[in-house]
Amino acid sequence: MTVLCLVELDDSDPADASLRALTLARTLGDTSVRSVVFADSDRVPVSTLADYGVTDVYVIEPGTLEGYAPQAWARVLAGLATETGATAALAAGTDRGNEVLAHLGAITGLPMAANCTLVTPDGGRTHRLVRHRWAGLLLEDAVMEAPIALFTVATDAVAPVSAALPSGGTPPGPPVPAAIQVHVHKPELAEADLVVRAVESPASAGGVSLATARVVVGGGRGVGGADGFAPLEELADLLGGVVGVSRVVTSEGWRPHKQQVGQTGTKITPELYLACGISGAIQHIAGCAGAKHIIAINTDPGAPILAHADYAIIGDLHQVIPALVAALRAR
Amino acid sequence: MEILVCVKRVPTVGGKIAVTPDGQEVDTRMSGFSISPHEECAVEEAVQITEQAGGTVSVLTLGPEAAIEQLRGALALGAGRAVLLETDGREFGPIATASAIAAEVRAHGYDLVLLGNEAADTGDYQVGIRLAHELGWPVATGIKNLSVSSDGVVARREYRGVEEAYELPLPAVVTVKEGINLPRYPSLPGRLRAKRAAVERSSPTWAAEGLRKEALRVPASGKHQATVLGNGADAVPELVRVLDELGVLS
Repeated sequence: MTVLCLVELDDSDPADASLRALTLARTLGDTSVRSVVFADSDRVPVSTLADYGVTDVYVIEPGTLEGYAPQAWARVLAGLATETGATAALAAGTDRGNEVLAHLGAITGLPMAANCTLVTPDGGRTHRLVRHRWAGLLLEDAVMEAPIALFTVATDAVAPVSAALPSGGTPPGPPVPAAIQVHVHKPELAEADLVVRAVESPASAGGVSLATARVVVGGGRGVGGADGFAPLEELADLLGGVVGVSRVVTSEGWRPHKQQVGQTGTKITPELYLACGISGAIQHIAGCAGAKHIIAINTDPGAPILAHADYAIIGDLHQVIPALVAALRAR
Repeated sequence: MEILVCVKRVPTVGGKIAVTPDGQEVDTRMSGFSISPHEECAVEEAVQITEQAGGTVSVLTLGPEAAIEQLRGALALGAGRAVLLETDGREFGPIATASAIAAEVRAHGYDLVLLGNEAADTGDYQVGIRLAHELGWPVATGIKNLSVSSDGVVARREYRGVEEAYELPLPAVVTVKEGINLPRYPSLPGRLRAKRAAVERSSPTWAAEGLRKEALRVPASGKHQATVLGNGADAVPELVRVLDELGVLS
């Protein structure tokens, strides 16, 4: 069996979300996992892909297809799925991954299941799967009947695990193949697939992005106003992280929407989420549940966020944060 | 400019979300209904565009008769026409939904169709894209900034710290995200007009799709109540110890 996985790159490394998708792809049974990468050949992270169990990489270079064109990317996947006889095609549940797989669903007329946490072949054309609903606040058990199972993998559910574990542990899949084949693929593309294409330019803010930050310092209604965020920014800087906020903060106009953590904002997967003055509405939990550790600072010991946090300090963030900043500076 | 905005009636979930005993639906005994923030912004965006460029905003929903409440909400914000694609209570999948919307688009004729990037409840991320393919129109998704001229739109979003700009000829489909604008509150005259407005209806056909829901469930949470480290600034030394232990101070 062949499984086709779109791999997105961060510079020359596979994006973390794509490694999670590859980890799930490997569990689909006795399969050959083939990846599709849109980049220059010399930027393709061949050894990391091999570590994640990939047997073949199809590289589409900028000379063939320049930049991000979602419908064209999906057309390439459709062609390769046919060519390789793939029984499944997947991507990470990122904005791009969900978009490309939705196009692939429309092109093939097949169903597409977004943000899966588990997919299991169940004989023939059947796959059983578990997927996010309500941005992960609920799980759906579902059955997919299709000649090619199309799905994306939730970015905060499956931990990325190399097939070549250095020590201990059993690799969750077939052994690492001896060799990985790189194919420079030059598909023919129709004009109609290239109408919608991204023109990219650096975003205004820059710096560490909320979606990939290792530490996020969160601020909610308890911050009190637009001018209350300086200590949170200072703390985030000290911890090498960024500031994220709850929905009330952006709808009050205290901070820009791009800093919102939640169902309609960004889903984060940091090592640490420090939630300050955030009560923990369920839409916010949908955005931060992927954090490895959550520490809450809140004046209300009954705040819902405490049911999702590992640790809490009961107190006013306006006293706790400056004291924490001072303590960290003194170290 | 003729604009169609597609919205969806979903339960308003606050502090908790629960599933009915048969595992088929969200328990709504304690909740109201609303449309998602993405869709509120889609309505607002359409109203702003027609305030500048003229034309009409139509609002559409596919759902039970009760979803007229959500159509009236959008009419109160400035939409001029409402269309209910009435279902018999069965959940339409994304393929059937896109095809029902496409029929309305063909029948009425629009320059632009706006949707939320994803529905709050099903999170399928695909109705707008399937609709565009059915119509043979271009589509951009997850858009946070939109400028419209007579022959096209420029749609912008941010991805991994890079701004992406898409130029689309009209007619087009665009799915938007919260943050594209700050939706207004409905005015009193708006609400009165919405109350009286007629709603056009049709009943699209439900069809089975290759992805079948078996059950919904609340994920088992590994977490329980937080360990309290202390009160106020006095807890800071203990907090620093924990941060060090978690390895985030390196």
